[in-house]
Amino acid sequence: MAIFVDQNTKVIVQGLTGGQGRFHGLRNKAYGTQVVGGVTPGKAGQDVEGIPVFDSVADAVAATGANASFIAVPPKAAPAAILEAARAGIGFVVCITEGVPAQDEARVFATLQRDYPSTRLLGPNCPGIISPGKCNIGITAGEIAQLPSASGPNVGIVSRSGTLTYQALYELKQQGIGVSTCVGIGGDPVPGTSFVDCLAQFQADPETHAIIMIGEIGGSAEEEAAEFITNHVTKPMSAYIAGVTAPAGKKMGHAGAIVSGGKGTAQGKMDALRAAGVQIGLNPTEAGILMAEIVRTIRS
Amino acid sequence: MDLFEYQGKQYFAKYNIPVSAGGVATTVDEAVAVALIAKYPVVVKAQVQVGGRGKAGGIKLANDEAEVRLHAKNILGMDIKGHVVKRVWVEHASDIAEEYYASFTLDRAAKQHLLMLSAQGGVEIEDVAAKDPTAIVKLHINPIDGLPLETAHSACVDAKIPAKALDGVADMLVKLYNCFTQGDCDLAEINPLILKPTGEIHALDAKVSLDVNASFRHPEWAEYAATEELDARELLAREKNLQYIGLDGTVGIIANGAGLAMSTLDVVNQVGGSAANFLDIGGGANAELMTAALEVINSDPKVKSILINIFGGITRGEEVAKGIVEAVKRVALRAPIVIRLDGTNADEGRKILADAGIPESQLTSQPTMLEAARAAVEMAK
Repeated sequence: MAIFVDQNTKVIVQGLTGGQGRFHGLRNKAYGTQVVGGVTPGKAGQDVEGIPVFDSVADAVAATGANASFIAVPPKAAPAAILEAARAGIGFVVCITEGVPAQDEARVFATLQRDYPSTRLLGPNCPGIISPGKCNIGITAGEIAQLPSASGPNVGIVSRSGTLTYQALYELKQQGIGVSTCVGIGGDPVPGTSFVDCLAQFQADPETHAIIMIGEIGGSAEEEAAEFITNHVTKPMSAYIAGVTAPAGKKMGHAGAIVSGGKGTAQGKMDALRAAGVQIGLNPTEAGILMAEIVRTIRS
Repeated sequence: MDLFEYQGKQYFAKYNIPVSAGGVATTVDEAVAVALIAKYPVVVKAQVQVGGRGKAGGIKLANDEAEVRLHAKNILGMDIKGHVVKRVWVEHASDIAEEYYASFTLDRAAKQHLLMLSAQGGVEIEDVAAKDPTAIVKLHINPIDGLPLETAHSACVDAKIPAKALDGVADMLVKLYNCFTQGDCDLAEINPLILKPTGEIHALDAKVSLDVNASFRHPEWAEYAATEELDARELLAREKNLQYIGLDGTVGIIANGAGLAMSTLDVVNQVGGSAANFLDIGGGANAELMTAALEVINSDPKVKSILINIFGGITRGEEVAKGIVEAVKRVALRAPIVIRLDGTNADEGRKILADAGIPESQLTSQPTMLEAARAAVEMAK
């Protein structure tokens, strides 16, 4: 088992003929993901190294039976691309696009909620998702993800930051710990999928035995996660929050990462998670070491 | 991107929100000229992006030219909480009957727009919230429903806006909401929103923060970017299209991804060092971008060592490596580089670095983030 995506997931790439879409789409396919098609308006009938290209998501779905989409298009085009995928009945949409305006994200999220409740959006501005050995959608380098072991214990990863998601995968690989699924939810103000959504799935997934969470400053997503963990998560967890040394009032790269009015500090988030029983590492390596201890305890 | 009050008012005016007649001035003579057009009495207001201007003496009433000269002279160049006043806004003084508060933001937890409205304006809204939370009406707005006039009206009733001001404030809320959404604001706030003795509703202040991700559909924002208060390093980074924030330490930081860059700052701090900056070269980093990043770091005289922390996803290892090799050739780097490279095509990247013939005094490689941070901090001592 894994969460959200597995070996049966059939993926189309919106923007397959563009630079990013082609590079990562082909990498995802090489990893073993079922990349069954691409969408670029006006390019139907072409192919990208054997992957057929369609004019619309609806055409691609009709021809391939795709149930997931990987969106790699510019920020201007991303909102329409997400809604097109939802309209075509795609159940899982991964949007890696960086720089989508917050107003657009809020409108897209509200539209999905109202009109397409069965579509889950991951992102925008996220690295994607990997269920090691089964499916990799997005920009994660698959070789850094440790395969889950049949006997377990395996760890689920959920992260708000792209490169720190890889860092977490890397730390677990160093420790020889299998990963069930690794989800990068992205650092934008209105992410389609939240920590809480992922924690609920990991809690229900029999293949996931422990969870590692990577947060960062800004907003209140980690505090909401802490509340959810207190009430609903029984699996052991470790976490790391980036931005302890970030100065207040400065946006640290991500549109969502800012400490303002004394809110959204790393310390506040760490305190909330600690109170929920989560073990906190002061850097990504430490969170990995804490997880290794948790896994050792589960094994013995 | 935060706007100055005068820019916020100009932005409001585009959405038909009434603001006082006035103009911006950078010299005493300009202030006098603007005051003539605005008509006396006028208010001379320091333009700084920090609260507490009034208490610091940055807002003064002037009844004639002599008073404008006096106040403009005092305020221009004034230091308000570390912000030096470069401009004043001179506007016609308004008669005030009552003061209210209105703002729109995105509530990230609810994933909806949030209206905050209070009949108690003119003071810090945090103070109102602390003293009497019931005095602030908070209304969530679904972004696809928007804010109909009727909803704005009932919010005004809930906030106990007096009957004589109800229609005017409700109308103003709809205009401010349009400014917030169509104008791609992160924050659109009026405090105080005033009722004049004549019955008109009017924005006496403007606090606007723009979402830079929406710059592509707002070419008019270029003028705001030009007045942003950036230090020399930040200006150079802006020119090079880099996400850079200047700090006070000695270890220059380059990382790909905001989270990794933040984490690198944290780790440097943990091993006893201090970061000179935050620099995220972002997702599509290539040779050009890496060269630019090194040029910006190199322009900071405080930098004693440079820590490059790359974990490849979109950023490919060989691109990073080529960028470093190119930059070392092009820039006379003053500080040694410690690099930690992993992820997509990292092996190719490491090979390019190793084969480039760069002396160890200029560039060393470390296998982990922590070891790289330790090495960089050691070199910075």
